[in-house]
Amino acid sequence: MENIDLVPVQNFCVHHQIDFSFIESLQQFGLVEITTIEEQSYFKESQLSEIEKFVRLHYELDINFEGIEAIGHLLEKIRKMQSLNQQLQNRLSVYEKTTNV
Amino acid sequence: MAFIDYYQILGIDKNADAESIKKAYRKLARKLHPDLNPNDKEAHKKFQQINEANEVLSDPDKRKKYDQYGKDWQQAEQFENARQKSGGSYRSYGDGGHFDSGGFDDNDAFSSFFSSMFGDQGGRGRQTKFKGQDYNAELKLGLRDAYTTHQQTLTVNGKNVRITIPAGVENGQVIKLKGYGAPGSNGGPAGDLYITFVINNEPTMKRAGNDMYMNTDIDLYSAVLGGEATIDSLSGKLKLKISAGTQNGTQVRLKGKGFPVYKKEGQYGDLYVIFNVKLPVDLTEKQKELFSQLAALK
Repeated sequence: MENIDLVPVQNFCVHHQIDFSFIESLQQFGLVEITTIEEQSYFKESQLSEIEKFVRLHYELDINFEGIEAIGHLLEKIRKMQSLNQQLQNRLSVYEKTTNV
Repeated sequence: MAFIDYYQILGIDKNADAESIKKAYRKLARKLHPDLNPNDKEAHKKFQQINEANEVLSDPDKRKKYDQYGKDWQQAEQFENARQKSGGSYRSYGDGGHFDSGGFDDNDAFSSFFSSMFGDQGGRGRQTKFKGQDYNAELKLGLRDAYTTHQQTLTVNGKNVRITIPAGVENGQVIKLKGYGAPGSNGGPAGDLYITFVINNEPTMKRAGNDMYMNTDIDLYSAVLGGEATIDSLSGKLKLKISAGTQNGTQVRLKGKGFPVYKKEGQYGDLYVIFNVKLPVDLTEKQKELFSQLAALK
């Protein structure tokens, strides 16, 4: 079965040389959604960059799964705040002096 | 280039042992890691500095040279060879060739950091195969450019990248071009290029989301008696009806004449036109007399 928007977990683990249990743990913490098709595990391609980030946090900074979960929430919060901040800045610029046409 | 004190960067003593260096570095890496500091250029810069410091201080040979020669440590070997060849006589070297601490965006410090610190010494059976560093760039657009879908060719590290910029792109919006970052290390994938759009308002018009705001002057007589005004909007010239008795600062909404909605073809925000009523100045005697008559009528 060909699913262009699904990434096989097996391939991902081989590519990054990580254990399958790492992805399983991420799933247990609700950090990744795994789909099983014909006994093969997949995750959505849209999750790829996020999972790669989790790999870096875990293997490169020694952050455990509880920490990754907390960091994930905080980064999402930061992303929303940065987006809101940008929207407000754009909005604020409307009130700066406008020259007449 | 100014001398960089690697000990100071890592916050350690000059006599610190390897374990203390590693500990200090790891602590700072957790604080300044780019994954934990999205869109924070200052943190990225500091992260690169601690990388440099760690790369030098965690290697006994490099550290020895750094301690001896300071900023010219990389020239040390060359320096020694030259001294030996010249029979031990001292020769002075200039400042050239020192460790380059250029911007974070311009080198692959990110990946070399991981291979030096966590890769080869890993101990987890995991070889280093890292994605290349992501690049960040800013692209300035005029309000009129952002109004229409158009293509632009950018040059990124000598490569031409042709991108389509959809109409309605917002100031501060970031798009990702996958694979246009630095090459990966040890067969890892290339990083990505993140482009942040910088779109400035024009003096005559401002944008808020998908809505546009424009100011236009009208004379007293049109404001009092009604009339017409023509404005030059992004979608072309628009004729507006001025109602009799229009007050200064009155705002008129022109539905669907604002900015295009990003990636929603055919959808537009609204255009708000604000009327500035200009009072006549330098009145003639006749005009003054007529205004006096009007005043007496109320």
